[in-house]
Amino acid sequence: MARYAFVRLVHLLPVLFLTSVAVWLLIYLIPGDPALALLGPDVTPEQLQRARARMGLDQPWPMQYALWLGRVLEGDLGVSYLNGLPVRTMLAQRIPVTLQLTVASLVVALLIAAPLGILSAVRPTSWIGRVATGYNALAMAVPTFWLGILLVLLFGLYLRWLPTSGYVPLWEDPARALRFLVLPAVTLGAYVSAVLARFTRAALLESLGQDYVRTARAKGVGEPGVVGVHALKNALIPVVTVLGLQFGAFMGGAVITEAIFDYPGLGRMLLQAILTRDYTVVQGTILFVVAAFVVINLLTDLAYAYLDPRIRYS
Amino acid sequence: MAALLVLVGLAALAAAAPVVSRYDPLLQDRASRFEPPSLRHLFGTDEFGRDIWSRVIHGARVSLLTGAAVVVVAGTVGIPLGLLGGYAGGWTDAVVMRFLDFLLAVPAILLAMAVIAVLGPGVLNAVLAVAIVSIPAFARIARASTLALKEREFVLAGRAMGAGPAYLMFRTILPNALSPLLVQATVAAAYAILLEAALSFLGLSTRPPEPSWGSMLNTGRSFLYQAPWYGLFPGIMITLAVLALNGLADGLQRVFAGAAAGAGATRAPAGARGG
Repeated sequence: MARYAFVRLVHLLPVLFLTSVAVWLLIYLIPGDPALALLGPDVTPEQLQRARARMGLDQPWPMQYALWLGRVLEGDLGVSYLNGLPVRTMLAQRIPVTLQLTVASLVVALLIAAPLGILSAVRPTSWIGRVATGYNALAMAVPTFWLGILLVLLFGLYLRWLPTSGYVPLWEDPARALRFLVLPAVTLGAYVSAVLARFTRAALLESLGQDYVRTARAKGVGEPGVVGVHALKNALIPVVTVLGLQFGAFMGGAVITEAIFDYPGLGRMLLQAILTRDYTVVQGTILFVVAAFVVINLLTDLAYAYLDPRIRYS
Repeated sequence: MAALLVLVGLAALAAAAPVVSRYDPLLQDRASRFEPPSLRHLFGTDEFGRDIWSRVIHGARVSLLTGAAVVVVAGTVGIPLGLLGGYAGGWTDAVVMRFLDFLLAVPAILLAMAVIAVLGPGVLNAVLAVAIVSIPAFARIARASTLALKEREFVLAGRAMGAGPAYLMFRTILPNALSPLLVQATVAAAYAILLEAALSFLGLSTRPPEPSWGSMLNTGRSFLYQAPWYGLFPGIMITLAVLALNGLADGLQRVFAGAAAGAGATRAPAGARGG
């Protein structure tokens, strides 16, 4: 296990290195002088000179990269061009907000996918199997932003059941927070629920055909016990992987959902930063999200290997 | 089969857009703002009194061309990369694979947004961004097929007859790896249409007044209460196009069943699509 973890870590290094270079290039390639952008147009040449020296902009580019990387590793992501706040502080404010939405959407996805996946595996030819197939195809094709609009239209404007924008922290007022969370979480979770349902169904169908399931049946274990205890446990492994992957992707990938519901998370911060050319914020957000994505994927891989020993040895 | 019909229909509408649209998609008519769907305006009108039906079928051009352009660009870069990695093996393969890992390490929508952050918003930059995101899938499938094919007799025979690596990769191996790549191209086109629409929706691709499905949904969302049809029809079109392309991919996969099963052609991997 330790060897497997080590190999996976070594594979990650070039990925993280390339990502850091790419994210650094983001600002290096942008036309214009960051020092000038920071100080504004009414600056004397001496002031500009000093600022450039202070920011390391007079150094050759490999040196500039090294200086930047050194600062990042110390946790210094620079300050926003727009409001002068440290990017680290801005990230720290947004992370719990996005985390709340991500977790909620995965819960929604599981609540839809588990019954759909299990029932359609146990009774593949029944109507529930056909409903599941149709739901999966549709949920994968409907664009997230359109689904969001339809939900706003139906539950927000016509039925007036739920609020259509805003955010309340879960620990301040759980009941109100949940009301604000329902529509964004369903919007974000729909696609994953289809992916999860497909995986659950496929994995469960496979494990239902295994010898140990036949043994359990032969021992006289009832059908709920066979499915729930014996087959499902092993079928859960790939499902956990999908959940892990999605969790990582949603940390930054919830851009669209956050835009529809005016949800003040990481994704909306990134979009605002791109539209207003606030490049340090763009840099810091992308760096954080990629790092989170990579680390979560690694943990998922390790969990997978731990649960299924065949993987570590192949 | 139904999927193919829907696609051909959409393509025909897009191609004949100037003929079948009864209004100029940019023509403003202040007197008829927010008219509900009627015989005069099939899909109603928008906040400037523009005919939504005309805008939707002109928008089909943007989406379908994006799908095609992304497949061409991503395939042109990705397929040779995969062939090279799979055929050469060793260090070359390791470098190619780490590069692909890097592209896959960033959630797709984020990578596309980062590219646009550098290049600036606009539909051409959006196509380029989506194409970059789509490279790994093509490369991986080409590589897997190459690995499976390169020790087969007909490739070895080609080499024994003195064919060079380039000839073997492109003339001997590639034609035999076409079916999974074709399935991938269909899936990639669907994915490209979704992603471009998402970027338009965020204001990072097509700009008003140019009609596109994503940007129409973005504006329509501000007028949901006055004009629900505004937010409805562009979404139906996107869903229809993506469903048709996915259906076509499934159909192709069934046709190629044997060949595609080995090479592992799949939908966009879980986690590739950010919401």
